[in-house]
Amino acid sequence: MSEEPSEQTNIPPNPELISRRQFFNRLILALLAVGGVLMGIPFIGFLFEPLIRKFTPVWRPVGAVDKFPIGSTTDVSFVDANPLSWSGVTANSAAWLRRDSETQFTAFSVNCTHLGCPVRWVAGSQLFMCPCHGGVYNKNGEVVAGPPPLPLPRYPVRVNNGQVEIQASPVPITAPFSLP
Amino acid sequence: MSLFIRLWNEFDDRAGFSGTLLPVIRHPVPPRLGWEYVLGSATLISFTIQVLTGIALALMYVPSAAEAYNSLQFITNNAAFGSVLRGIHFFSASAMILFVGAHAIRTFLTGAFKYPRELNWISGTVLLLLTVTMGFTGQLLRWDQTAVWTAIVAAEQAGRIPLIGKSLAYFLLGGENVGGATLSRFYAFHVFFVPALIFALLGLHLFLVIYHGISEPAKPGKPVSPKTYRTEYSQMLKDRGVPFWPDAAWKDAIFSTLATIVVVVLAIIVGAPALSLPPNPSIVGAVPRPDWYLLWVFALFALMPPAIENVAIFLLPLLGIGIFVLTPFFSNKGERSPLRRPWAVGIVIIIVVMVASMTIAGAQAPWSPDFAAKPLPVSIIGTSSGPVYQGAQLFYEKGCEYCHMISGQGGSRGPNLTTVGTRLTKNDIIIRIVNGGVNMPAFGGSLTSQELSDLVAFLQSRK
Repeated sequence: MSEEPSEQTNIPPNPELISRRQFFNRLILALLAVGGVLMGIPFIGFLFEPLIRKFTPVWRPVGAVDKFPIGSTTDVSFVDANPLSWSGVTANSAAWLRRDSETQFTAFSVNCTHLGCPVRWVAGSQLFMCPCHGGVYNKNGEVVAGPPPLPLPRYPVRVNNGQVEIQASPVPITAPFSLP
Repeated sequence: MSLFIRLWNEFDDRAGFSGTLLPVIRHPVPPRLGWEYVLGSATLISFTIQVLTGIALALMYVPSAAEAYNSLQFITNNAAFGSVLRGIHFFSASAMILFVGAHAIRTFLTGAFKYPRELNWISGTVLLLLTVTMGFTGQLLRWDQTAVWTAIVAAEQAGRIPLIGKSLAYFLLGGENVGGATLSRFYAFHVFFVPALIFALLGLHLFLVIYHGISEPAKPGKPVSPKTYRTEYSQMLKDRGVPFWPDAAWKDAIFSTLATIVVVVLAIIVGAPALSLPPNPSIVGAVPRPDWYLLWVFALFALMPPAIENVAIFLLPLLGIGIFVLTPFFSNKGERSPLRRPWAVGIVIIIVVMVASMTIAGAQAPWSPDFAAKPLPVSIIGTSSGPVYQGAQLFYEKGCEYCHMISGQGGSRGPNLTTVGTRLTKNDIIIRIVNGGVNMPAFGGSLTSQELSDLVAFLQSRK
């Protein structure tokens, strides 16, 4: 493997030839690099496209105000902020909506802050319970048992023309050490 | 000479098979290799089955967030051979995970990762990780309710990684929510990216097997010395080596064929893994669970102390994978036989027992509330009226039964209350319910005094 190419081809070593080979060697590597960059930028860029795409929160109606009795907590569903047209049912999201008073609502994310599983509201005990690792939150979304590190995130909610509207937001990700 | 042989000889002369490939499959290997040497080829055969069944499934599977679930329903319920094909793909994936795991254990126990086969080990461990990645992304392609929540769980785990966590989470989902891009990404990972890496590493792994030769059976008192190993090994092959094909390969053929038969029979009898509800993230009644080979990780996340969890979720896998992949750097010479390496044997036993017991724990998930619990029947309550009966109704309605078992019904999160009346006084019971306790929320605020007294009456009657 380590034989000199000149031995194989019976060409006597020649300084001019060596520098010529060195040039070709570098030329090929340089051309590979050019090709790699030409292909690599769009490839990598497309791979990270979801991070480049602009996210704009959107208010989504989730039902008439009268539908929700005061003091009740119910699950509501709405369409994500910027769904792709081929998303089908995956474009839906859910939230737990509590009516606090005539005009006040609170919307909790359904995603457990531990690992994102959908928490359930157990009305009898006034608790949110997670089906995955046993996280439990009280009616205000504060952790009362299990592994969740943070309270249930809340979504912005408002009343507009007799409709309750939730601001469709990104899936909350518990990222304690992340850049914003 | 028959026409066929003449034709073959002409073809072979131009194609050069006998000159190049034949020596490879007939390369000399140590004599009398045991059955423990068949695990690598069994992994390779199950991978081949995955490629073939995967290609077949791709004929009809639609990798679209909106349509994948419907196409899988059609493949499973209507298409001829569809259910069996999905079954083979699932059971062969399971077999591949078992075989690659057993192969790694065998290699570790017999010290076959030592000089000069360090790179065999490193490429093999990366292949093992890629195999698990294939399993995980494959479960996601089932694109049912469990799959979308699995995608979110994966994103949440990624979120714990410092600095890039949040970006990585949305990178995996293909956006800020589960949606049209999510399935396409996981499909591309499962069908193109990861298989391409597997093919590349598999090529390297197999090349290295030929290049360094198959490790000879480990003998106690015969340590590996990098200075002399290669000379001794090639001398041994010269003296006693036998051609891999067919002297050793017949065992591989028998084992892989048996494994394939088991996979196909399971696929026919058990069928394809069932799909849960459609992938609609707004249906909140989901109970997401990973496939069996990741149940132990699922259990780990439930059982580790919450205080260390944010760090442990990314640091533990990093450490574990690092130590696993870099094993040859800790020791690449010396004794190979497990009889002389008690620590190696101990490590394997600890890991196997740990993973097996956590897999069982993950399957039972006693830490999860049992949402499927049913109201207690009169036969267990012992009466159909009065405070005790009312208390039993409340025990269900207030969610107590999700976590506490009574006479075999209910969850296992909290203590079993079948005989709580013999353990705790009335006051003790009231204090626990009102104030809560270790991992039990306080219920004082969500019970009227009448409800509390009924509930206590019911619990006191449990003797």
